[in-house]
Amino acid sequence: MTTLLFFALAAIAVAGAVSLILQKHPIHSALSLIVVMVALAGLYLLLGAEFISAVQIIVYAGAIMVLFIFVIMLLNAGEEERTNFSKMAAYVGLPLAAILGAGLVYWVAHEGSNAPGVPLAESATRPLAMLLFQDYLFPFELTSILILVAILGAVVLAQREKGEE
Amino acid sequence: MSEFLTQHSLLASSVVKTVIMLLLVLTALAYLTWFERKVVARIQSRWGPYRVGPHGLLQPLADGIKFMMKEDPMPAGVDKFVYLLAPLLAMTLALTALGLIPFGPGTIKLFGRTTALGISDLNLGLLFLFAITSLGVYGVALAGWASNSKYPLLGGLRSSAQMVSYELSLTLSVVGVLLMAGSFSLREIIQSQSGWWHHIPRWNLIAGPAPQILGFFCYFIAAVAETNRAPFDLAEAEQELVGGFHTEYSSMKFAMFFLAEYANMITVSCLATILFFGGWLSPFPVSGAWSATQYIPAVVFIICGAMLIWDGLRYTTPWGKIVLPFLGLVLGGVGALTAMPFAIGFIQGPFWFLTKVLFFLFVYVWVRGTLPRLRYDQLMGIGWKVLLPVSLANVVLTSLALVVTRR
Repeated sequence: MTTLLFFALAAIAVAGAVSLILQKHPIHSALSLIVVMVALAGLYLLLGAEFISAVQIIVYAGAIMVLFIFVIMLLNAGEEERTNFSKMAAYVGLPLAAILGAGLVYWVAHEGSNAPGVPLAESATRPLAMLLFQDYLFPFELTSILILVAILGAVVLAQREKGEE
Repeated sequence: MSEFLTQHSLLASSVVKTVIMLLLVLTALAYLTWFERKVVARIQSRWGPYRVGPHGLLQPLADGIKFMMKEDPMPAGVDKFVYLLAPLLAMTLALTALGLIPFGPGTIKLFGRTTALGISDLNLGLLFLFAITSLGVYGVALAGWASNSKYPLLGGLRSSAQMVSYELSLTLSVVGVLLMAGSFSLREIIQSQSGWWHHIPRWNLIAGPAPQILGFFCYFIAAVAETNRAPFDLAEAEQELVGGFHTEYSSMKFAMFFLAEYANMITVSCLATILFFGGWLSPFPVSGAWSATQYIPAVVFIICGAMLIWDGLRYTTPWGKIVLPFLGLVLGGVGALTAMPFAIGFIQGPFWFLTKVLFFLFVYVWVRGTLPRLRYDQLMGIGWKVLLPVSLANVVLTSLALVVTRR
């Protein structure tokens, strides 16, 4: 059952990712990205990481992607133009993609099954909180200050200068 | 067949519970519209629905038939896939959220398996509830965008901005409750509120060490804004935007948005009950002289039944003279049943839970009937400059009180 669910969710995630690239309209691409994120949340749930799964949906699908869609709606972005396979894509992109794919297949076939699984507690929320707010408190606070700086930067950039109007 | 059912009892009981729940919720949603129209009518000194059936009781049915029979035009230039996806998304998410709500402490036996009242019982219930409701924005935003029309687009933009802004205070306002309960599970949050302090129930709203009065007000205001209800219904401000995001939708697709809004109202009321008002816990102690309060559900049902019979006998139409007393008899019979020893323990939880939920639904309608709509800048001002700091202060005060008192 778990294996079946895993393959179903993985297929949905991959299909969403492919559709994200192939869609012509930005809104459809954004919707595909939401599908990918919800499928990933399902995969986290299968791994027993309930908290991460819920946070994945709340933060990525529920907040960040809403802002993406909001901006696309505000800008009223139309359909993208196609480049019809530029030279750059043909000579550099395709070989690189092939190498990356071959590498992944090789790794999964030879090493993937040997990788040790990470044991998870029954309810991983409490240990996660302990780690975040005791052992890694300083990096956590540092990250939040980094985000605050980014927000302030955005506000400064968006602000009209005096006497502009 | 029966072998299959006993082997897969989890699956079978879940399916049966989901179907029963769906039927109950859809009926409740239909009659919630009737309830709202009646209450708003009384506030405005009108009668409300009165023509279809006695006291307009068949009005939801008539509305449903109208929604299904109506022509279903699709405007030119819409993005077909997204246009059809939006109402489906709104309704599915709104109904899914209700599946996480526990309705009582009792258990029922289905296919040889004891299951709780409520479809699922997750130990991260509250978090998953927020995850599902946070996706609800898409229904509104995508509907506005896909309609290819300026009023829906403006309505969709407005309401997605509003919902994103108020989601912050909504989530922060329940942190105090989480700190006091120490759990994300809705069941455990309710159980943490049991007990009395000098005959006052230890509900989170008034319990020590940190009464969540601030938290509750932030929660309720933010929740009304999240569900796009008056006085925060700027998404569908008729005077400016025709119908807002659902202007271009008609028939069943419009009904889906409508039902999603009412389902969200029920979810919000259930959560308010669970988080701040002790969920299914009775406000009276069960032991000693107070044990007579166990008969309150029976008494309430029987009094309502008697009133219905009395009102029905004086009703103007002969149809009403038959139907209303019959309904009154049924209600009185249910009341008598709940007084029986085999049912009296079971009915307490759901009775108190639904009573509190009904109260919050009434407050919803009451607020809609009495308060004027906010201006858009006022709305954003309240969200960011009042609710967000107050709910943050509530988190700090609650943690402080907990740290000081918990040695």
